[in-house]
Amino acid sequence: MAYTDKTRGMYNDILTGMKDAGLFKQERYIHSAQAADIIVEFPEGAELKKVINICANNYLGLSSHPEVVKAAHAGLDSHGYGMSSVRFICGTQDIHKKLEKMVTEFLGTEDTILFPSCMDANAGVFEAVLTKDDVMISDRLVHASIIDGIRLCSAMHDTFKHSDMGHLEEKLQLHSDKRQKMVITDGVFSMDGDTAKLDQMVELCEKYDAMLFCDESHSSGFIGKTGRGTHEKCGVMGKMDIITTTFGKGLGGASGGCVSGRKELVEMCRQKARPYLFSNTIAPPVVAGVIKVLEILSATTERRDKLERNTAFWRKGLTEAGIIIKDGDTPIVPVMLFNAKLSQDVSKDLYNEGIYAIGFFFPVVPQGAARIRTQISAGHEIHHLEKALDAFRKVGKKYNILGKTKAEIIEMYGM
Amino acid sequence: MEDMKEIVRTYVVNEYVEDDTEVTFDTPLISGGIVDSFSMVSLKRFLENKYKISIPDDKATPEAFDSVNKICMLVKEFTKE
Repeated sequence: MAYTDKTRGMYNDILTGMKDAGLFKQERYIHSAQAADIIVEFPEGAELKKVINICANNYLGLSSHPEVVKAAHAGLDSHGYGMSSVRFICGTQDIHKKLEKMVTEFLGTEDTILFPSCMDANAGVFEAVLTKDDVMISDRLVHASIIDGIRLCSAMHDTFKHSDMGHLEEKLQLHSDKRQKMVITDGVFSMDGDTAKLDQMVELCEKYDAMLFCDESHSSGFIGKTGRGTHEKCGVMGKMDIITTTFGKGLGGASGGCVSGRKELVEMCRQKARPYLFSNTIAPPVVAGVIKVLEILSATTERRDKLERNTAFWRKGLTEAGIIIKDGDTPIVPVMLFNAKLSQDVSKDLYNEGIYAIGFFFPVVPQGAARIRTQISAGHEIHHLEKALDAFRKVGKKYNILGKTKAEIIEMYGM
Repeated sequence: MEDMKEIVRTYVVNEYVEDDTEVTFDTPLISGGIVDSFSMVSLKRFLENKYKISIPDDKATPEAFDSVNKICMLVKEFTKE
């Protein structure tokens, strides 16, 4: 046996080191469907507890929507459980093509290709469309999956300071000799909840003959007047070269992702993207569920409108309570606590009050920027948000952070 | 040489430092976590454009880029040729 005691000991030492450094991640077991109210077992073996979930990516409250569940059941009955094949051998059904066409129409692009996840879409897209003669210029706060995709691509890579258009322009000038230039950003940034300046980025890309890539995972379905995404909000529908997004967040929350954009680039992915070529695509019941999600969202903006109202209520409530939040208007609302231990303690106390929200700290966010990331949903009713605000007020009072400035909180608790 | 050091130092501070971290001519840039391996590209391209040189990839190592002093020694090597 090659897995010796020495080998086991080495890995146990690494895991112990992660625990000692406070970097060890623990799952909390949910005994109910994903929704505003969930039943949680935490820690393992503890009595089950009903809590309000304010940390899911379930922005539109569609994860357990009866029509979506019913559609997934119907898809399971009509198209089976799995494909047992990658797309280009015998793994493409009529519903996969139907979903690709619907996503193309929803996002206002030219074509779409499905991937098992948006992580896979981002891992495969750059390598499929760029070569060593090209350059990728990415915002310094893009999602980890984009970083991984960039690492897998032979093109040169450079970065620009977060949302700094002057710095981006300098980089476009610096790399003007490259065959192709691709500017890369998130639409809504997952940790801060701020929005990319896509209108300005489109202008710069047109000026310097560059392509524009945007990951819309935290925007699709609810950002913009009809929920098409950040490109709708910024008035640049039809001008995006590549959009990647997920069906694992607002768009039903199950799994799957896609690359959508210029038809030649999508075709390059179909021919060359390795996660597409070497992995099964989205399972039939999930495809059927996402089709229903897009039907619901194309018929009415009711759910994104409710999310917008809930978000405004939540942001106003926290601000009036004297809690520091990141500015913005998206449903990602980071409550800033700055100190890592404080974020863990506040999270624990909120849980005791029946509110499920997680603390994030270094290295997930910069040192001294620890926070609790709250995420609002159209599945929340005002009574959920009022109860959560009560809990934040009570716990905030206990830690004496209400009405305090960043400097005062850091003085009390350190960075 | 002193001019070049100040130009490179200023570029590094403007490009990579987003807090009040002090950068001297000897401050470790790569091993000190100020410049990550991704971002070295812009520094290399800046030097090539500024001093009209071409630095081969095998010479643009993290060690060679680890301080303003080392960077300037590397640039000098190519500007002599």
